Amino acid sequence: METVNIKINGIPLTVPKGSTILEAAKQAHIDIPTLCYLKDINEIGACRICVVEVKGAKSLVASCMYPVAEGMEIKTNTPKVLASRKHTLELILSDHDKKCLTCERSGKCELQKLCNDLKVEDDRLFEGERTHYEVDNTSAHMYRDNNKCIVCRRCAAVCDKIQGIGVIGANNRGFTTTIGCAFEMGLGETSCVSCGQCIAVCPTGALSEKDDTDKVFAAINDPDKYVIVQTAPAVRAALGEEFGFPIGTNVQGKMVAALRRLGFDKVFDTDFAADLTIMEEAYELIDRIKNGGTLPLITSCSPGWIKYCEHYYPDMLDNLSTCKSPQQMFGAVTKTYYAQKMGLDPEKIVMVSVMPCTAKKFEIGRPDENAAGVPDVDISITTRELARMIEQVGLNFTSLPDENFDDPLGRSTGAAVIFGATGGVMEAALRTAVEVLTGEKLNNLDFTAVRGTQGIKEATYNAAGLDIKVAVASGLGNARKLLDDVKSGKSEYHFIEIMGCPGGCVNGGGQPRQPASVRNFTDIKALRAHALYKQDAAMSVRKSHENEAIKQLYDEFLGAPNSHKAHEILHTTYVKRTVNQVL
Amino acid sequence: MGVVKKVPFSGTQEQKTALLQVIREHMHDKGALMPIMQKAQEIYGYLPIEVQTIISDEMNVPLEKIYGIATFYSQFSLYPKGKYRVSVCLGTACYVKGSGDIFNKLKEILGIDDGECTPDGKFSLDSCRCVGACGLAPVIMINDDVYGKLTVDDVEGILKKYE
Repeated sequence: METVNIKINGIPLTVPKGSTILEAAKQAHIDIPTLCYLKDINEIGACRICVVEVKGAKSLVASCMYPVAEGMEIKTNTPKVLASRKHTLELILSDHDKKCLTCERSGKCELQKLCNDLKVEDDRLFEGERTHYEVDNTSAHMYRDNNKCIVCRRCAAVCDKIQGIGVIGANNRGFTTTIGCAFEMGLGETSCVSCGQCIAVCPTGALSEKDDTDKVFAAINDPDKYVIVQTAPAVRAALGEEFGFPIGTNVQGKMVAALRRLGFDKVFDTDFAADLTIMEEAYELIDRIKNGGTLPLITSCSPGWIKYCEHYYPDMLDNLSTCKSPQQMFGAVTKTYYAQKMGLDPEKIVMVSVMPCTAKKFEIGRPDENAAGVPDVDISITTRELARMIEQVGLNFTSLPDENFDDPLGRSTGAAVIFGATGGVMEAALRTAVEVLTGEKLNNLDFTAVRGTQGIKEATYNAAGLDIKVAVASGLGNARKLLDDVKSGKSEYHFIEIMGCPGGCVNGGGQPRQPASVRNFTDIKALRAHALYKQDAAMSVRKSHENEAIKQLYDEFLGAPNSHKAHEILHTTYVKRTVNQVL
Repeated sequence: MGVVKKVPFSGTQEQKTALLQVIREHMHDKGALMPIMQKAQEIYGYLPIEVQTIISDEMNVPLEKIYGIATFYSQFSLYPKGKYRVSVCLGTACYVKGSGDIFNKLKEILGIDDGECTPDGKFSLDSCRCVGACGLAPVIMINDDVYGKLTVDDVEGILKKYE
């Protein structure tokens, strides 16, 4: 690797050529503050918070973009630098809604932290004309409060560049520049797919999921309701971050204990339904391969991906698996099979899901997802909302004991828990499909070619003389690349897994938000995924079709995978949508 | 939410054909979007949602990207120009002589904002900078007619002449 010699604050340093000053400073144990910069997503050098002095340069330079050069002398903490950063913050505050006391982001806000760190004392120094924006509440899953927006454009960049959607961007110019949709439409009127990646990257309280925690508390406190909670695989890999655990800590046991103490009548695991999804989807794949059905079969677990497909690839809806997502299957089984078994009235069951996802809030309102005549799932909250509930009731999360899920819908396998990482559904499906096709036990359950955080992965596996060609994409920009290759005939596959968020659910739009100072130097999605693969490796049952509770469900209720009854309860339909409104 | 659409769209098939031809010719050029938007404005006179949607659908560019550009550059307009184009000088001399108040009065009477057009297509309103008649400040122009040394009370009478 080529290197260059530089000096930062007088300390000599050898760093890789091509590094930015920001990266080089990190090596010298200096965290230069940033605001608009987000590695690989928003590299525009616009906010001027990360400015430093470079000897010989005419003015302060943006360290996030400025590459180091041989002999460069950099100063990161001179009075001039510190005054400039502070001045920038004071100007931002001159047109900012400063109701920090009631702001959802308070305490975790990147702007607030910078103001504290840089000792901004007068938050009204440059106050003059103010902008006032209506809060956008039009979508099912989130709100946008531009009064708290600092126009850093991180959200617009992730929407356009990473997800390839671009329904939000900067409108107007100068003082009236604002982030929004075309023709000031509400987000709910656009082809937004509800992935929530914009929320995940927002540094302030401008973007957040719609908080449904009050609804959950109301249900729990209603003596007439039987409140059941399910938690998605990825939640356990990230919830701990909200309580100070290192990124990648699996807090399943404490999460279960917390949910029980919050007052849920039953604490179940979406992993059970993930196993069920594999049964239905693996058999669907085998059926399509054997009987000439539409191929490639594409997974349907990710509601962000499903809505994207409906808007952008309506001609490929037949390729989608008809399986409901695990969240919805779980609700459907709870309100039919479990209700019947326990003598519960489905109308009185409140099904709450805890998801790493904001699109799940949209998904619960989809038509054709009401197996018992009532919605399969009633309330869907994000990992962040669960953390908020735990804080609100004063549970000391870190000292809670580790507890187990309730039976029987809390039983699951290693195949299910890896659903939370990109490639996990594929691997889980292969473990079952290959064994069903060959009739023999697999020696090695690790399909490592489909693991890892790359945006697109492909592999070929042989089973019973058949080469099964598979591909995995995460992040919708990657999905588009993959699908365009399939449509043009450049690539041919039998089975494709697509997840709406880069890295899969572990990096979902509903997961704890890590600030740019962490995101720029840490692969969060890899660390969280590792927690799930570790759990899978340690489990005694690692194949969905060996889950005893699933076998029991088929024996007692559904019959066989893809049976008529299974179709009625566990499968769904899709809607053709357009990218732009038809005028 | 949403921009209130004050003027019904009346684009013709000929205009659409012309726009589609422009798009087909240029869509693969580097940086084609801005020139295509300029041509579209030449064809239609302005860039309403109907026109921007055609560009978005044909070029596979998000509508928001087009709208962002259209609202950034003052040369683009989301509204048609009226039969009578009212321009109010907000340059320094006119402004200190009270053209801001005159501008507000016009907005009030016409019921439209800067850059917009009345639903009947009769009047459009624009703020502009110096028109070179500072001696007559404050000044407004209606098409090519110049009115100077105005007070707020003069506005209604002047508009009456054009009804």
